[in-house]
Amino acid sequence: MTSLTAKDKDRVKTFWAKVSGKVEDIGSEAMARMLIVYPQTKTYFAHWKDVSPFSPSAKKHGITVMGGVAFAVTKIDDLKAGLLNLSELHAFTLRVDPANFKIMSHCIMVVMANMFPEDFTPQIHVAMDKFLSALALALAEKYR
Amino acid sequence: MVEWTDFERATIADIFSKMEYEVIGPAALSRCLVVYPWTQRYFGNFGNLYNAAAIIGNPLVAKHGTTILHGLDRAVKNMDNIKSEYAELSVLHSEKLHVDPDNFKLLSDCLTIVVSAKLGKEFNGEVQAAFQKFLAVVVNSLGRQYH
Repeated sequence: MTSLTAKDKDRVKTFWAKVSGKVEDIGSEAMARMLIVYPQTKTYFAHWKDVSPFSPSAKKHGITVMGGVAFAVTKIDDLKAGLLNLSELHAFTLRVDPANFKIMSHCIMVVMANMFPEDFTPQIHVAMDKFLSALALALAEKYR
Repeated sequence: MVEWTDFERATIADIFSKMEYEVIGPAALSRCLVVYPWTQRYFGNFGNLYNAAAIIGNPLVAKHGTTILHGLDRAVKNMDNIKSEYAELSVLHSEKLHVDPDNFKLLSDCLTIVVSAKLGKEFNGEVQAAFQKFLAVVVNSLGRQYH
């Protein structure tokens, strides 16, 4: 996959500024959708008392994940270096199959389109898709 | 045979009963051509696709987007036989159009996002699941006759 152009980064940062007030809502909504639409993802959360999409655990986790994305926006100029610790966490402790990063990215974007229909234009969509793909790649860096 | 719940049948029927084909179709196809630019390979004779604005404003793209979206109607009308409904179209896409079937998934992801933007709150997790399941079945049927 290609790296992010200056325009891509600009678009991501601009859109992020617009949605920054709703980041937690986006996170918990994306998490819920992922558990509903892709039930196989529930296998990672068997340790939760309640794996239902709108449970307190799911909500909290969506917020955590989205916090990670927000952090990645601040590291957009060097995702590999910036996400080193998170990559180690996902590689050695969590061991989430990277295919799921794509699934989560899709759910995040469905929610962004849903909550910000006027702002999630095709141009913003492609920049965000590239960013989330680059993020996933950086996250998988330490896997093998 | 695909099993559909009552909820899934009702959801698909509802979404398509109020579908604005001339808005959603063009929006989905143009978004696909912008977000996944390699898909432009199939539209060499569509004229100006040089940038996002050109793609979004292109009347041939708009017309074709509407055509594609209407292509889903036969699946909506016959959800229990989608595979046979699309056998001919599958051959067409393989033998004549030479479309890589991976592209069907890309377009259906864009359609999901466009419909999500249009329906807002109504497009909740369960509705999304039904819609994506429906599209997955169509996509699978369209790829069936490739060899």
